[in-house]
Amino acid sequence: MRHSLHKVAVTGIGIVSCLGSQLDVVQQHLRAGKSGVGIDPQREAVGFFSPITGCITDFSVEDAGLTKRQRKTMPNFAVQSYAAVVQSLEKANLGLSDIRNARTGLLFGNDSTSRAQSEQVALTRQYGSTAGIGSGYCFKAMNSTITLNLNVLLGVQGASWTISSACSSGGHAIGQAADLIALGRQDRVICGGAQEINWESLCSFDALEAFSRRTDAPHLASRPFDAARDGLVPSGGAAAVVLERYDLAVERGARILGVIEGYGFSSDGQDLCRPNGAGLQAAMQSALQEAGMTPDQIDLVSAHATSTPLGDNAEADAIAAVFGSKSVRVTALKSMTGHELWMSGASQLVYTLLQADGGFTARTLNFETPDEASAKLNIVVDENSDAPGRVMLNSAGFGGTNACLIVNTRS
Amino acid sequence: MSITTMTKEEIVSITNEAICEEFEFDMEKMTPEAHLYTDLGLDSLDAVDLVLVLEKAFKVKLRNQPEVKEVRTLEDVYDLIQKLMQQEAA
Repeated sequence: MRHSLHKVAVTGIGIVSCLGSQLDVVQQHLRAGKSGVGIDPQREAVGFFSPITGCITDFSVEDAGLTKRQRKTMPNFAVQSYAAVVQSLEKANLGLSDIRNARTGLLFGNDSTSRAQSEQVALTRQYGSTAGIGSGYCFKAMNSTITLNLNVLLGVQGASWTISSACSSGGHAIGQAADLIALGRQDRVICGGAQEINWESLCSFDALEAFSRRTDAPHLASRPFDAARDGLVPSGGAAAVVLERYDLAVERGARILGVIEGYGFSSDGQDLCRPNGAGLQAAMQSALQEAGMTPDQIDLVSAHATSTPLGDNAEADAIAAVFGSKSVRVTALKSMTGHELWMSGASQLVYTLLQADGGFTARTLNFETPDEASAKLNIVVDENSDAPGRVMLNSAGFGGTNACLIVNTRS
Repeated sequence: MSITTMTKEEIVSITNEAICEEFEFDMEKMTPEAHLYTDLGLDSLDAVDLVLVLEKAFKVKLRNQPEVKEVRTLEDVYDLIQKLMQQEAA
């Protein structure tokens, strides 16, 4: 990064998502363009307008390698975060003895822990006192539950905190982790993002009628940039990334999966839920400036594109304003995964590096008919197209907070 | 059989099973003289859950009982449960 002292490498990745709970499975599904979206009958039963959601089908918290006692302070998404971190450390070829020091940190993005909070309230009402609440709830019900639990389990001794910025939480977590390394404050940061998948965390979002109602064909419901989209599909899980000071990673013989070359951020300063596009454009320009690059040096934009008309259009305008009309390739991973909310800014980096490793770019599913804004974009719809190269990754959240990362995936 | 007529052996058996289930202990560790903290490795958070588990297993109130603070070993747990059940039956 332009102002930085140190170059930042990605050496490890891990994920538990609706595309799978093992890296090779997720890579296969990205290559095949397989949707992870389905129907949750429980949401129908409790009265959701839309029961469509990303579905994690191959992960069991009981089999995550943790004891019941360790899990009692962890909501499911913290256990998924642990599993993703274990994968990422394995990929990075790092053992616990390598990370149990003050030069290694932990930084995750998360913005809710609704089920634990609902349960502790229900227990208090049920017992007529707090006497029925188990000891784990105090720790499950904190927004920082991922980092406070993982810190104990992993034994890292450097940075350890969680940041919340709605749907850009994961993007900012990785950007800020990269900054900590670039500035020389940490040698290595295990970072990422997570999102709980349960109806308790999403009922108020459903009440905004923001979710797609395409219940007859859930796999077609998430359709970023398509003229026929009718709302987003909520999703979740956990994504983890190991960032390291580049020279130290090379010195220990680590395989470099990518280099974080830029991180830009901005906020709209305008509206709670209607992005203005100018804010995201500013974040993209800031990332380019940090990287000391011009738009023509970017090969692919991994768009935030959630499948909502307002958000997609604002982003399409922003991309066209930065890169010109019909120029840079654009892919929208949420067409496959749905919108992984707090996790999405981190998961898209994992997905991007899996594409790079496989030498392909995941195509945007369900993009059939452009509208006026998306007609300006060069959206990847071909199967098994070229490797991603140097990628710009966007994320944006309620309140108008924007994050933009630039990762070079060329080895 | 009413719960208030439990024998000491029954109390021991139910207590041991409940604790082993909650904390994933092997039954061999459950000796009367086993100290909850130093032998079984429980901590102050586990103590909260131990109380909840025992309340559920025996339908007795343990929270706010002054004797709970004095419990150190499994034998102390068995004795306290027996005493509380006898009090409730009286």
